[in-house]
Amino acid sequence: MSDIVLELKDVTRRFDVSQGVFRPKATLTAVANVSLQVKRGEVFTLVGESGSGKSTLAKMLLGLLSPSSGEILIDGVPIAASNRIAVARRIQPIFQDPYSSLNPRKSIAQLVGLPLLVHNVGDAASRRAKVVEMLDLVGLPRRMLDVYPGQLSGGQRQRVAIARALVMRPEVVICDEPTSALDVSVQAQILNLLLELKRELGLTYFFISHNLAVVEHLADRVAVMYLGRIVEERTRAGLFARPGHPYTRALLESVLTPDPDLGVPETHIGSAMANPMAEHAGCPFQPRCPSAIDICRTTAPAVSSLPDGWATCHLLQQEAVASL
Amino acid sequence: MALLDVQDLVIDIPVGGGVLHAVNEVSFAVERGETLAIVGESGSGKSLTSLAVMDLLPRVARRRAARLSFDGTDLLTIPERQMRKLRGSRMAMIFQEPMTSLNPAYTIGNQLSEALRCHEDVSAEAARARAIELLERVGIAGAGRRLLQYPHQLSGGLRQRVMIAMALMCKPDLIIADEPTTALDVTIQAQILRLLAELKKELNMAMILITHDLGVVARVADKVAVMYAGALVERGSARAVFKAPSHPYTRGLLNCIPVPGRTAPGAPLGAIRGQVPNLIGRLQGCAFRNRCDFAAPECAGDIHVEAVSPGHDVRCVRLEAQNRAVA
Repeated sequence: MSDIVLELKDVTRRFDVSQGVFRPKATLTAVANVSLQVKRGEVFTLVGESGSGKSTLAKMLLGLLSPSSGEILIDGVPIAASNRIAVARRIQPIFQDPYSSLNPRKSIAQLVGLPLLVHNVGDAASRRAKVVEMLDLVGLPRRMLDVYPGQLSGGQRQRVAIARALVMRPEVVICDEPTSALDVSVQAQILNLLLELKRELGLTYFFISHNLAVVEHLADRVAVMYLGRIVEERTRAGLFARPGHPYTRALLESVLTPDPDLGVPETHIGSAMANPMAEHAGCPFQPRCPSAIDICRTTAPAVSSLPDGWATCHLLQQEAVASL
Repeated sequence: MALLDVQDLVIDIPVGGGVLHAVNEVSFAVERGETLAIVGESGSGKSLTSLAVMDLLPRVARRRAARLSFDGTDLLTIPERQMRKLRGSRMAMIFQEPMTSLNPAYTIGNQLSEALRCHEDVSAEAARARAIELLERVGIAGAGRRLLQYPHQLSGGLRQRVMIAMALMCKPDLIIADEPTTALDVTIQAQILRLLAELKKELNMAMILITHDLGVVARVADKVAVMYAGALVERGSARAVFKAPSHPYTRGLLNCIPVPGRTAPGAPLGAIRGQVPNLIGRLQGCAFRNRCDFAAPECAGDIHVEAVSPGHDVRCVRLEAQNRAVA
């Protein structure tokens, strides 16, 4: 088995967007030329604001959307070449909102056992035993087997979603903002559980979040996405100590730690919403960038390597040239 | 005298199995130019408390209080007609979801002007001018053009700015912001919070900020009130509450959040065990006692408020035991 469990090679996804009845359709590039490698056993986090393409990327990883171009490989095998069921055995999702991701008409036992049924694992009795084992694992009492989601709290529902995702023992779990719909105290419980399960079952997490405090807590590596592009990919320690891209810097400055002696930070970036329809000749972040220079408006930045990763910014290139 | 003075506010909601005691004897005051943050998790009663002040509670809910006065006016007894005059003009609200609280069928300009023309006898041109002025003030470029747009044509951050502008149309004395930045991206959140703080100072408004985000509270609030299961468990200046959290629930909450540079990455976060109690039926004692590490038999009795320091109160009878454990 290779060290790299999940790999994206130059993945692009475009959507045709209607502009009105009599106007031609426009193309929106939700994910542009993304290449990533996720190593076995790591927590790879993807950070970005709403509309940056995080969730489109997650859907492609789950095989729910196909890339317009490029390739996604699991253990070296392209997703496109294998069938949905085979993919689902290896990659499972945990979604943001446990209020909408669980079918209210199915009992907890049915919800958690469904993947087993779909994949034709064992008989009814062994499936039930497996479900009980999963409930124990995620810390839900057994009496909840025949309860319906409507009777559970948000945290309990998210535990059910986790049990369902893990019942087939997948290699990779795609966590799409798994705690952002939960209360603070419940969020802590779920994060603790996710880290515990990862250690116990040797899972790999592809974790999507916009909460940088959470990312700092559990990530091994971090990729920052802006307008469908990865603008920086680093180790956690490197990124938080010395962010390379101005957008990453703005994100880190915006984190509000509970410190009453500090005010609300000034982020120095414009409030202009990133427009995914616009064609950018230069750097996509340039319209909001506080340190943009002339070249940023005309030429797309190339990748600058950093000791623990890379970032795409003209300023880093100039620094590199200057230090030669 | 405080601009808003709330004493022993109680909100009961009759439900199938009895009465839901959503808010129990909550007291607080807000002065002009001051920001009070009400912190709590879902179901703590923080949003209902703010709706009670605005008299916008759901029809089934029953509101009682020893005192509920706004700038000397008794809000408990004033007729609805007068309340309507206050609401939107002298006390305004910014709701959490700009997507659902703006009317999708009317332009931004229409909705902004309506806010002003409901309360003041001004011409359409004057209302339009004020709308443009405020949109510019909240950082929206090309305000004149924006007035003709519909809510769906704006991004989340812009819609939230429009909500703020709308709340400010009549230059209110009190502004209640219910999770104003929860739905926004972090970079936009910082901008909106700065903007609110600036406007508050400029117009000398009082602000009640309702949130579950302790980071936001610490950075923005002057005073903090922590609510748990309908009760106010701790109250004090933001400095006092964050430097010396004294209710086990407040401490628990602060231990739950990962703080870059303070919590070790990957280490288990503090968690509050158990669940929020059911608020239906008669309540006795401290609502937090079944989740509290310091709980003792006396916690089931009457809980009085203790002063930790001047202006910093906590509703806990086990303060000494807690302090011993921490020391």
